[in-house]
Amino acid sequence: MTHAARRGNATFGVLLVLIGVAIAILNAVALRPGAGTQWTQRTEHVHTLEDGTEVRWTEHEAVSVKEGREMAAADQDAAPLLSRTLGLWGAAILTLCIFSFLLGDNPLYKAAEAIVVGASAAYWMVIGFWETMVPNLIAGLFPEWTRSNFMPRLSEDASVDFLLLIPLALSVLLLLRLAPKIGWISRWPTAFIIGVFCGLRFISSLEADFLSQIGPTIKPLIVIGENGFDLESSFSNIVLVLGTLACLVYFFFSVEHKGAIGKVARSGIWMLMITFGAAFGYTVMGRIALLAGRFEFLFDDWLWLIDPKDAHPAQAFLQTIAPMLM
Amino acid sequence: MLKRTIPMLLAMAAGIVMILAYFFPWLTPLQDQTTVWFNILAAVAFILGGGNLLKVHLKKVSDRREGWAYSMITLAAFVGVLVIGLFKLGVNPLDDFPAQRMAGDFRAEGSGFWYVYEYVFAPLTATIFSMLAFYVASAAFRAFRAKNFEAILLLSTAFVILLGRTAAGVFLTDFLPEEGMLANFRLENLTVWIMNNPVTAGNRAIMIGIALGTASVSLKILLGVDRSYLGGGD
Repeated sequence: MTHAARRGNATFGVLLVLIGVAIAILNAVALRPGAGTQWTQRTEHVHTLEDGTEVRWTEHEAVSVKEGREMAAADQDAAPLLSRTLGLWGAAILTLCIFSFLLGDNPLYKAAEAIVVGASAAYWMVIGFWETMVPNLIAGLFPEWTRSNFMPRLSEDASVDFLLLIPLALSVLLLLRLAPKIGWISRWPTAFIIGVFCGLRFISSLEADFLSQIGPTIKPLIVIGENGFDLESSFSNIVLVLGTLACLVYFFFSVEHKGAIGKVARSGIWMLMITFGAAFGYTVMGRIALLAGRFEFLFDDWLWLIDPKDAHPAQAFLQTIAPMLM
Repeated sequence: MLKRTIPMLLAMAAGIVMILAYFFPWLTPLQDQTTVWFNILAAVAFILGGGNLLKVHLKKVSDRREGWAYSMITLAAFVGVLVIGLFKLGVNPLDDFPAQRMAGDFRAEGSGFWYVYEYVFAPLTATIFSMLAFYVASAAFRAFRAKNFEAILLLSTAFVILLGRTAAGVFLTDFLPEEGMLANFRLENLTVWIMNNPVTAGNRAIMIGIALGTASVSLKILLGVDRSYLGGGD
């Protein structure tokens, strides 16, 4: 593809996203008023502390537009929430930006990709901090402080665990990898991580992936059922047992695959091809299911063009034109 | 010594404790302790990753290299999500402990971090993965030419599996009886048979191979034969 063609595609991708957003705005204003609105039911919480201070906060629970309007009509505290509506519009626009890559690389796709990179790195850091470091490290080293700030349900008997100074020291050493001159010292914690992982995987792989796979493979090749010889079960068992053995022979590279061994190995390849074909089929199905989910998000949650969950009060677009066509 | 021998001994000691604890129950507390340390270090590895991301992108921005504006977006997204998550912005306190705002669940509905997940992280990652549907299909069209018996097997299995799991597959072989030998050739039944027998056979062989490979690599590392994880240099 020439540079000019690539540039043309990029411009076309950006234009298409902008046109899509403009149509969505028009749709939400004129065609399907309120499309993309997010409704919530509010619950007010008021607590009076020991020193007389009042603490208040509002909890929002997502409800469908239809439920929300019914609740509002029944004087229950439900209303559209601007922040969630903006969030949904933002998510939809980001989705379009990613899809624009199908037309070629463009600035909007690159921006969305940059957001994915930054947000995912921070996302997993936050998860690691609150779910692993706070309960396992900080709570062990500073139990009182953690109880009064982050984990009020932490046991009153929890005492300082000085052994946790070891992982703390290893953590500091690991972070020294960012310092070029003394980066070598991060080999210590890295070696610890690798050692523990090897120890865990050595046992678990032999137990779960090796021994537990052999047991169910040992099956009778001739199955005699209540009505005598069971052809279907016998054939299935023969395929399973001999197929597994043939694949294992194919993986055995210490012997040259010639003669009888070569023929068995070749049948092992056939079994593996069937396995890869099934894996490919399932991968395609999984991706298409995800794609359908994204289209449902765009056409149902955002644009209200379809309404499979009967969540929008206004008659959906396709439901409106369907009777006209019939 | 400091750069190679000590880390190697550390790896050996940690790994051997994990293996011995499986055989000697009185070592289980030590194994549990080591696992907690491992989890802490794994979480710190995410911080290291974040630090590295900051370093790389800040350098790119300061050098004004090509695409530095996208690095700015990456940095803004990174710092934004980090501040929202670590300071628990928008998190409501627990009902039992209203005075402790920082004790609230950072992933609860309505919290700032929930917004990040619901409206940024989930839609973006799901869309990126869903786009693979197009690329898998176009790659398959180019790569999977039915030019030999193995390729035919792969393609026909994928075809049967795809059809057998949809309403179209059921419709196509609806003329076959529901009972008896011929019922096995109904696409929905054929799919189940393929998954339970030849595919299970292939997967088992692959898993056995992976298990033996993992065990042998683990042993090589724990016995100090493989030291590639220490990198180069003394």
